[in-house]
Amino acid sequence: MKAAIVVFPGTNREVDMKDAFERAGASAVMAWHGDAEVPDCDLIVLPGGFAYGDYLRCGAMAAHSPIMKDVVKKANAGQPVLGVCNGFQILIEARLLPGALLKNASLAFVCRDVHLRLDHAIKPLTGNLVEGDVIRVPVAHGDGNYFADVETLKRLEGEGRIAFRYVAGPGEAESRANPNGSTADIAGIVNEKGNVLGMMPHPEDATGPRQQSLDAVPLFAGIVEALS
Amino acid sequence: MKARVHITLKHGVLDPQGKAIGHALGSLGFEGVGDVRQGKVIELELAETDEARARAEVEQMCQKLLANTVIENYAIELQA
Repeated sequence: MKAAIVVFPGTNREVDMKDAFERAGASAVMAWHGDAEVPDCDLIVLPGGFAYGDYLRCGAMAAHSPIMKDVVKKANAGQPVLGVCNGFQILIEARLLPGALLKNASLAFVCRDVHLRLDHAIKPLTGNLVEGDVIRVPVAHGDGNYFADVETLKRLEGEGRIAFRYVAGPGEAESRANPNGSTADIAGIVNEKGNVLGMMPHPEDATGPRQQSLDAVPLFAGIVEALS
Repeated sequence: MKARVHITLKHGVLDPQGKAIGHALGSLGFEGVGDVRQGKVIELELAETDEARARAEVEQMCQKLLANTVIENYAIELQA
């Protein structure tokens, strides 16, 4: 399997993402935001960071980068796309995913481990995780507070498109589970076809040595198996 | 022609920054301040001289980039 990781000015999690895919047995190439096309690949990844310094709104400028036309075209044609953190914000601004990501309710940048429950397994992007699985992964963001109008939320719920929710970990207070105030504890959603997944937490940073959790290993292993 | 675009959060969208500003005003002794909402203003210099065309153009800019219409409203003000 080959992943193409899109790098914007201000992206900073591309190497973590590459490492996670390589550890899972895939190859990964970087794709520059100014290019007109994404290189041939099985999966497009928009990693985390602060593309364009988060000017105007997080992800707003990046969503109009030259390469994004091709990302949107390929996503609409059914190619799997994974957006993490700033990548999720960019997918939303590119209108590949509904809703908006607002400033964290606490106004603070949150950088800590959270627990995610997989509510809906969506192949191939949720990998080998099984519905109900709870994994510990880090978050690091200032604008991860998911918002959508009532109609959109109903649709997301009804169509089983809320993949990940924040939940309390073992011994953790309920009030601490949701790090950013997101509606209905939403951490990650998919598009209608299920081929585009956006999530705020960083599963790539729960896959290897010197990371505090290995809980996201099945996620990457499953994606790589399915797309190889 | 100059355009000034006012971007504000829609009703029902949480505004934690506005809330923090409200709290700060309260602690400075300004009493009687109710809800506070924060927005932004973007000023543009346009080559277009026709008001109708300028408005249509800025409208497009708002739809495509300047505002996120999921959460934000915008109002366009033109000055010759």
